[in-house]
Amino acid sequence: MVVAPGRRDHRCIADQIKSDSTQWDRTPPGAPNRPAGPSDGSADKPSLGGRPPAGPPSGPPWTMPRPAPRRAPRHGTWNVDAPGPWRGPPFARRRHHQRGLLYRSRDDRIIAGIAGGIAARAVSDRRGITLALALVPALILVLLLASELHAGFLTSLGLPLVVSASGLVLIYRNAEDDERTWLNGAVEALFQLGAAPRRPRRAFFTRVGASLLLLGLGLFVFADGGRAHSAFRPLAGTLLVMAATVVLLGPWWMRLARDLVSERQARIRAEERADIAARVHDSVLQTLAMIQRSADHPQEVAKLARAQERELRSWLFEGQAPGSFGAEGPATLAAGVQQIEREVEAAHGIAVDAVTVGDSPLDDELRELLAAGREATVNAAKWSGAPSVSIYVEVEPKRVSMFVRDRGAGFDPEAIAEDRKGIAESIHGRMQRHGGTALIRSVPGRGTEVELSVPRRSGRG
Amino acid sequence: MSPGTRPRVFLVDDHHLFRAGVRSELGDAVEVVGEADEVPAAIELIAERLPDVVLLDVHLPGGGGKAVIEAIRPIHPGVRFLALSVSDAPEDVIAVIMAGARGYVTKTISGPELVDAVLRVASGDAVFSPRLAGFVLDAFASMPAGTELPGSLDPELDHLSPREREVLRLIARGYTYKEIARELTISVKTVESHVSAVLRKLQLSTRHQLTKWATDRRLI
Repeated sequence: MVVAPGRRDHRCIADQIKSDSTQWDRTPPGAPNRPAGPSDGSADKPSLGGRPPAGPPSGPPWTMPRPAPRRAPRHGTWNVDAPGPWRGPPFARRRHHQRGLLYRSRDDRIIAGIAGGIAARAVSDRRGITLALALVPALILVLLLASELHAGFLTSLGLPLVVSASGLVLIYRNAEDDERTWLNGAVEALFQLGAAPRRPRRAFFTRVGASLLLLGLGLFVFADGGRAHSAFRPLAGTLLVMAATVVLLGPWWMRLARDLVSERQARIRAEERADIAARVHDSVLQTLAMIQRSADHPQEVAKLARAQERELRSWLFEGQAPGSFGAEGPATLAAGVQQIEREVEAAHGIAVDAVTVGDSPLDDELRELLAAGREATVNAAKWSGAPSVSIYVEVEPKRVSMFVRDRGAGFDPEAIAEDRKGIAESIHGRMQRHGGTALIRSVPGRGTEVELSVPRRSGRG
Repeated sequence: MSPGTRPRVFLVDDHHLFRAGVRSELGDAVEVVGEADEVPAAIELIAERLPDVVLLDVHLPGGGGKAVIEAIRPIHPGVRFLALSVSDAPEDVIAVIMAGARGYVTKTISGPELVDAVLRVASGDAVFSPRLAGFVLDAFASMPAGTELPGSLDPELDHLSPREREVLRLIARGYTYKEIARELTISVKTVESHVSAVLRKLQLSTRHQLTKWATDRRLI
């Protein structure tokens, strides 16, 4: 069984049925144990070495999930009442496995996902199980023949063969139509043995010939051992049989792996498209709707259009997605300045013209500089009465300066009003705490300029 | 253009609405002698009407504003160009300045400021928007003083003087020429001559270096 690598967050489409007893059914064989329901420390622990964590006990071990070994947490106390994946009586799961209940991995169509979903359905497939059980007499026949012919290796091969066959029958019977199409495609590829369209015949015969040779050699070593030392006999035989398998099935496996990669790429592309659609909806379409509503207020329209233009521009040309402030935040000084520009324009309907010379990755000092600069910009937008605010930021080898200027009302810094003192204090205080300086120059009637500056710790980058 | 008369202005922009808006904002301060919305028509009409100032969109179908400047300047050096753009891409701005525009302003400029810029260009001075001043500072900062550039005939051209740097910094901070003059206690005329000197350096400096800087700063 090929088990696909990668993320396997299993989602149950019939997720409404959420109970402890169903939790462990969602995890496919070989997948990391990630219960979807509420979990505590013990349930969060990954299962041992990728072993199938849980599942119905019947069926061949490589297709059917097995119950996870009970395992105490490495440290801490064992919580018996914990809603772990193994919890719940085995019979309780039955009622959730009626036919048609579709379990599918998020990675959709990845083999393990399909097999996991199918395996879950197969448990309730009584006829299928009967069919599989019908193979038991065949197994007995093989074993009898083997003992009659004194071919010991047939015994060891017979058991897995029969178990595999019954598992395949169960899988195919319980596959949905689209899953069956996929399985057919995979099996067809197996018959073609991944042969390239060109020179298929020759490659095919070469490979089959080589693998038959290796297989024969391996079986011979198994049965007879030739003149090899008895201790090396099983090892050499196993290696030869494995080589035969690789030669025969290698191209097919590679094709499967390739398909897996292209599936994943297609999925990533689809997710990106959906992401873009969502962002365009949240930003551009919303703004257009708002513009339509406020068509009678030219000021409002201009403000909306300006803010949207900046947002779109920084998204398209600088890759900064709209609304990414906070969680991600700007990474560089210039991006931070643009963010102030956008936010103040959107919030206060005033034009903000920012010019940045040089750039630098953000550190704590520069974040404080930006915060103080934003404060100054917001103040200008609120109090100056000017139609625009200019921001100028310059990165020099030894320091970073920021100027926020408006041509508005201005005020007398000597006779500063009590209610503004706090704001000035916060700008001053903030800069001083980080080794910087703040200078506020204002002349009544001519506007205000706030000059902020911090020394630069890191070298020029 | 003799003092007292209104400068004759020609508009080149591919957006009809924008041309109408500029026309109304310029009002009676200038005489608009024509309009064009593409490169070939603009070249033909400018050569025919010989305006004092051409207000030129950087992005135009058929080669951009650069193509218009390059076609007109050799045959009519008296026509001056003021570039207007919504584009903040340094590459475009630097390209049109190096082609010979006397200045660059963004389309968000207010009416009176635009009139002021047109009058300034008409009288032979340079007009720098804060953003262009920022670009220039950035470009020249990446060429540290004292470095001799290969192939440079006049090393003076590759560096800004401290005073020029100061003036540009104030422009970038949003100061008008008058405010700069007051701040530095020099005359407005001196400020203008500093800006013109910077423009000359921009247009004559080692082009390769400037272009490289603009490409490095390319946002698109």
